[in-house]
Amino acid sequence: MKNLLEINDLKVTFPTDDGFVNAVDGVSLTVAPGETVAIVGESGSGKTVTSLSVIGLHNRKVTQLSGSIMVKDKDESLDIVSAPVDKIRGYRGRVVSMIFQDPMSSLHPYYKIGSQLAEAYLVHNPGKKEAANKKAIEMLDLVGISEPQMRAREYPHQFSGGMRQRVMIAMALMNDPALLIADEPTTALDVTVQAQILQLLKDLQKKSNMGILLITHDLGVVAQVADRVSVMYAGRMVEQGNVDDIFYSPHAPYTLGLLKSVPKIGAKNSERLKAIPGQPPSLINLPKACAFAPRCEYTSLAPAGSCESVRPDLIGLTASHKSRCHVPEEKRDKLFAAEIKGARA
Amino acid sequence: MPRFILRRAYFAVLTLLLVSVVVYGVFSILPFDPAALTCGQKCTPAIVEANRVKLGFDKPLWEQYWLFLSGIFLGRTYGAGSAEFTCPAPSFGYSFNENMCVTDMLKEALPITINLAIGAFIIWIIVGVGLGLLAANFRGRWPDTISTVFVLLGTSMPTFVTGLFFLIYVTIKWKIVPLSLSGYISLLDDPVKYFQYFILPWITLAILYAAFYTRFTRATVLETLGEDYIRTARAKGLSERVVLLKHTMRAVLAPITTSAGLDIAGLIGGAIITESIFNLPGLGRMTLQAVYEFDLSVVLATTILAASVVITMNLIVDIAYGYLDPRVRMK
Repeated sequence: MKNLLEINDLKVTFPTDDGFVNAVDGVSLTVAPGETVAIVGESGSGKTVTSLSVIGLHNRKVTQLSGSIMVKDKDESLDIVSAPVDKIRGYRGRVVSMIFQDPMSSLHPYYKIGSQLAEAYLVHNPGKKEAANKKAIEMLDLVGISEPQMRAREYPHQFSGGMRQRVMIAMALMNDPALLIADEPTTALDVTVQAQILQLLKDLQKKSNMGILLITHDLGVVAQVADRVSVMYAGRMVEQGNVDDIFYSPHAPYTLGLLKSVPKIGAKNSERLKAIPGQPPSLINLPKACAFAPRCEYTSLAPAGSCESVRPDLIGLTASHKSRCHVPEEKRDKLFAAEIKGARA
Repeated sequence: MPRFILRRAYFAVLTLLLVSVVVYGVFSILPFDPAALTCGQKCTPAIVEANRVKLGFDKPLWEQYWLFLSGIFLGRTYGAGSAEFTCPAPSFGYSFNENMCVTDMLKEALPITINLAIGAFIIWIIVGVGLGLLAANFRGRWPDTISTVFVLLGTSMPTFVTGLFFLIYVTIKWKIVPLSLSGYISLLDDPVKYFQYFILPWITLAILYAAFYTRFTRATVLETLGEDYIRTARAKGLSERVVLLKHTMRAVLAPITTSAGLDIAGLIGGAIITESIFNLPGLGRMTLQAVYEFDLSVVLATTILAASVVITMNLIVDIAYGYLDPRVRMK
């Protein structure tokens, strides 16, 4: 296996009182070493569920997974969907690490920073206390925390939000994992700190050649760090491509809607934000049609009735660029390119 | 830290003064004549008056209160001449019903109540926290169901029901624990008799609290398990056992300590029903009897004692909290 992560046709469902929720419906993606892959989507689109299942942290009691999530560890690889929990646990923090959205609550408030870091090392290297403590200081230094010796003896509440996210990153990288999952790593931070954290992730990636799976709803973050992008809507992938494909030649109406809704710097105050009309659908018992159709402006361009009755497939435009839409490709090529130009003008 | 403790001690003394004033005030309003109550069966107005003077009830209220206060530090002498007697410091007054200095009565009753409270505390913490952890860990499965039944029974059966049940069945009918006739025996003198004396009162008292702690622990553990830092712990690759017993328990410890400190303080004030059922001459029973007999000195002493235990435990809990929660320690 060349890739660090290969997700194939992943489906995540969980039962509720009202029926089955298809939180993730047929997602496929890959992450190669040194590559940053972003999953973009609004709240409830299934991006966090996807990322949690990669590390096996989905709620096992209620969720059902199907498809496969292959994670590579040196010469062997493990399918998270079918592997026993004990096996997955050996991968967590060693092969695949994760950082979370809210650094304020993601660190244990009662343990010292140093011991929380050391613990991450000790889980996979039992008994090597001295090495763990040394590595903890080293990692704190690496993520840009000054006086790491002293700060390792402090508690999380003595750190600012940005510093805590640095600590979380240090903790995730204690065992030099091949793959880092970053679930909205900068959402809870203010913009200047956000830029620093993204830069830090990029620098660390360059040093270790790790793959990053970045979960975000912030297109600015995507543009800044991602190599490839998957856009999710209602548990499905609607478009997949290189960062240039997505930003300069979007081919799914939802991606286009997202890009058009980004506010422009220098726009007149009187100009309203262009929002996508309507609401995201409920994920319970989704109809066998295009999930975006009720909000889509372009259904009239598609073959009559197709948007409301048939689910479009994720079809390749080029080798790397795929999208899901019934509107004929040649119609979208021109129209969407013109729209995106108009929106940026 | 020393400054913090000093400040708290200062407020503790003020609170105690206030408590004593209130108790004194309440008793002076009640329509009883303490001197008349001391008089006995062959009562004449002359004896009542003599007793009034002897016990100091002839003096104005503020002076009575002052004598009580100074007695705590200096001891107090009652009567004069050949009938004179002294309760040495710390004197909490003189019980005319028992014809004893209150301090001596406390010395007899307190060890029993403390032994009762601490024994029950150990049982209820082990059972309550253990069962709560089990219930949370196996949420919705049979250990959770068992704990729910236990909680329901424990909280809905009053102490006088469980206590009497134990007394009638376990001791008298089934003879599992022999009826203790010897009275209080120290653990060091005879451990077997000590346990025979205390085991049923402990269990009776512990059941009620254990039920509450089971519920409390279960709820707190479940809440903590949903915290982001628990997800972080799992993401490190830690086993569920470490996640539950280290990361989760560490966070649950602080609220349980708070609760436990205050509960044990409440118990040292006297477990009236349990002590009455098992005929333990502890503080609770002593207070109850004193209230019946309008024995002001005893009620005053036990009230102040209970208040100071509550205040002290509060202080201890606050200090302990500083050690348990680093966020509190720094401030």
